[in-house]
Amino acid sequence: MHSKYLIVGSSHAALEAATAIRLVDAEGTLTLLTRDAHLPYSPTILPYVVSGRSQPDNVVLRNQAYFIDNAIAFVPGATVVAIDPAQSSLRLASGETWQYDRLLIATGASPMLPPVRGLTDVPFHVLRSMDDAIILRQAMGQARSAIVLGAGLIGMHAAENMAKAKIAVTLVELQPHALAGYFQPKASAIIERTFARNGIRMAMGQTLRSVERQGGGCLATLADGQTITADLLLVCTGVKPNIGFLDGSGIEVDAGILVDDLMRTNLPNIWAAGDVAQARGFWGGKVVNGILPNAVEQGRIAGAGMADDAGVTPFAGAVPLNTYSFFGQQAISVGRGSTGSGFDIEDSGDEADGVYRHIVLKDGRLVGIATINDFIDAGIMWQLILRGTDLSPVKAAFIANPQLTGRRLMSQIWR
Amino acid sequence: MTACAQAKAKTDDQRYSRIHILPKSNGEDVELALCRQCADPICVMNCPSGALSKNGDTGVIDWAESKCVNCLLCTAGCAYAGIVYEAAIGHVAKCDLCDGDPACVKVCPKEALEYRTAARIFNTYADMEDMFCRGLSACHGCNSELLIRHTMRMVGPDAVVAAPPGCIPGMGTVGYNGQTGAKVPIFHSLLTNTATMLAGVKVQYNRVGRDVTAIALAGDGGTADAGFQSVSGAAERNDPILFICVDNEGYMNTGMQSSGVTPYGSWTSTTPVGGQMQGKRTEAKNLPIIMTMHNCSYVATASTAFLEDYYAKLEKAIEVAKTGMAYLHVHAPCPTGWRFPSGMTTEVCRMQVRTNFIALWEYDPTNGLRFTHPVDRPEPVADYLKLIGKYRHLSEEQVTHIQHTVDEKVAYLRQLTQIAAARRPTPAH
Repeated sequence: MHSKYLIVGSSHAALEAATAIRLVDAEGTLTLLTRDAHLPYSPTILPYVVSGRSQPDNVVLRNQAYFIDNAIAFVPGATVVAIDPAQSSLRLASGETWQYDRLLIATGASPMLPPVRGLTDVPFHVLRSMDDAIILRQAMGQARSAIVLGAGLIGMHAAENMAKAKIAVTLVELQPHALAGYFQPKASAIIERTFARNGIRMAMGQTLRSVERQGGGCLATLADGQTITADLLLVCTGVKPNIGFLDGSGIEVDAGILVDDLMRTNLPNIWAAGDVAQARGFWGGKVVNGILPNAVEQGRIAGAGMADDAGVTPFAGAVPLNTYSFFGQQAISVGRGSTGSGFDIEDSGDEADGVYRHIVLKDGRLVGIATINDFIDAGIMWQLILRGTDLSPVKAAFIANPQLTGRRLMSQIWR
Repeated sequence: MTACAQAKAKTDDQRYSRIHILPKSNGEDVELALCRQCADPICVMNCPSGALSKNGDTGVIDWAESKCVNCLLCTAGCAYAGIVYEAAIGHVAKCDLCDGDPACVKVCPKEALEYRTAARIFNTYADMEDMFCRGLSACHGCNSELLIRHTMRMVGPDAVVAAPPGCIPGMGTVGYNGQTGAKVPIFHSLLTNTATMLAGVKVQYNRVGRDVTAIALAGDGGTADAGFQSVSGAAERNDPILFICVDNEGYMNTGMQSSGVTPYGSWTSTTPVGGQMQGKRTEAKNLPIIMTMHNCSYVATASTAFLEDYYAKLEKAIEVAKTGMAYLHVHAPCPTGWRFPSGMTTEVCRMQVRTNFIALWEYDPTNGLRFTHPVDRPEPVADYLKLIGKYRHLSEEQVTHIQHTVDEKVAYLRQLTQIAAARRPTPAH
């Protein structure tokens, strides 16, 4: 089989690349290979499938009609096992081979399992694919107690869902605070308190020493010796890029696939984008920034480059960014915290009321902003960071009201 | 904002409004937070649930409440605060253009808000055949190519085109056998005889029983200067042709010499800036007004920054040109000759209109002159001039002078509209 443009993956990066290609080249053969059996969906939607708020068939990002209208071949159930750049070909688990002119690797990431003794001997769940979500939802129907390992976005979200389903949940996190990657301890404390108030046991700064099978569930022993029994164990301790099939291909990898600012790998005619790629970090280095808006941006750039779009713009650099809703409340984080001296930090809000705002500036420019129950326009904050907009003339106003000041500024400078 | 809150939530509480007018810090000007209904909507791309989508028919970014999970990732994709979360509402909200009849526009007393649908032109004309081949070699950023491709798409294949010397033939429109340049019959007239030659060709087509649109794509030199006697004659005879003057304010393809419509103060290679001269000393003649004085069937001015206005005029002009002369005067700011960045052309076009440097109007002998896009609160003409290199040398007095002539020209046009309104029969009740 041959496809001028061959894309491995079917989530945000892959889909935006396909869109970008079709903007320039309406006719060149374009194929999406995915190991998943489902129509394209977002990993981000899975907690909502688990909670029942979204139905699996109602979260499809592109339907069959879209693929027909845009002359895109969508091939589900196709697991790539090896790439041979010398032959411009790749091989599937089925033995089938595909030739390409231009290849995009957008294979995303898979759950990373922590080194917990006995973990592989007990039934446990992860949450990264639609099938994971459907199975977890079924399991929750029978469970009365659960352990969630890892207080990142997926773990927090899952714990909330379980608590709402009247399951007794213990959330175990190695870091001293929940969502440590996005929020300062004060902000995390507000979120943790909300969880505790909703009956979730928050075991922060804890690890699982071991797990063993007990009945249909498990018995877990924490590092401090406490034991917990649970019908259900969910492991959400982060993800790692899916790059195993690249062994021996000559494609350079580190934590993920190393790409330049146009999402090109070290080999000609091969691009990578999304959670699998390791690209320029806004503050230097090369980072895997596994967030949805990042995948969208990188996918667009890769697709434009693959189709020789003269208008392709280089990647500006990855900025951490997240919006998070919990128990009807909102937490938003854009950028990063202070990393040493020379930062201007403004904290405000009332922790007791559950309202909090944390602004980090350096040389009058925004580095990061995180809020809880205090809506800010994440897109505007992101632009202010990327553009390095000098906030010195409006600093007081920005700190007092980042939403209004940000909107005013962007309204003037968006052109 | 109140009208929006009423329309969307039946309340006067402005938190429910989906358009937010922000007072600027100086307390006078205003800024806007509103959905731009982007063509490349990042909010849609960022949506993990499929709740947001770009509606291909209306252009609106639709939001499906049943699918939305309130993850707020859409807000991370928007630099305009066009989709926002409001605690009082409990979910993200955005402007939906009120199904094509925006409540905010109806109540805006200053006409600061208007509902524009230029993007829909694409839906109507995108599938029609482009009457020019690929590979016209216009300068980077030139809007003439855009203009003639748009124009001929609407005119269609039953046409004959006259293209006198100027940028339009210069970019390769007079091609060969439908393989290069235009796909319709096109001829390279002289600067001096375009209108008469075209009128004669049209007569011959009529004689053999073929109904074609006879159209001239001329520059301002081929219309206002050397071409004027033939244009004037055709207009006076009301010959059934459509004459389009693409006005780049000079002879731009032969070395940027001044023409009769080059504005006062412009630098050109024949009106230089030095010890004796500070750009052109005389005023531009008001060619479209002169054309109205011929009483030909239809005269209008247009700007490529206001394409829906142009399309409406072009549609009328094509119809008129079956029986009489239609004259369209379209402005084509020239990045090469005027010296501004090629990415700024549309912005320059927009500022021409927003400062009243050019006014958009139409005229026919029965109804007289009428503004099609009145600008009652124009921006200072200095804001337009400073975008363009050919005005960089202007002294304050010269800028003041230009502002004065712009004001006078608009006042004159306004008088013409009042005369026309007074003359127009009152509609029967």
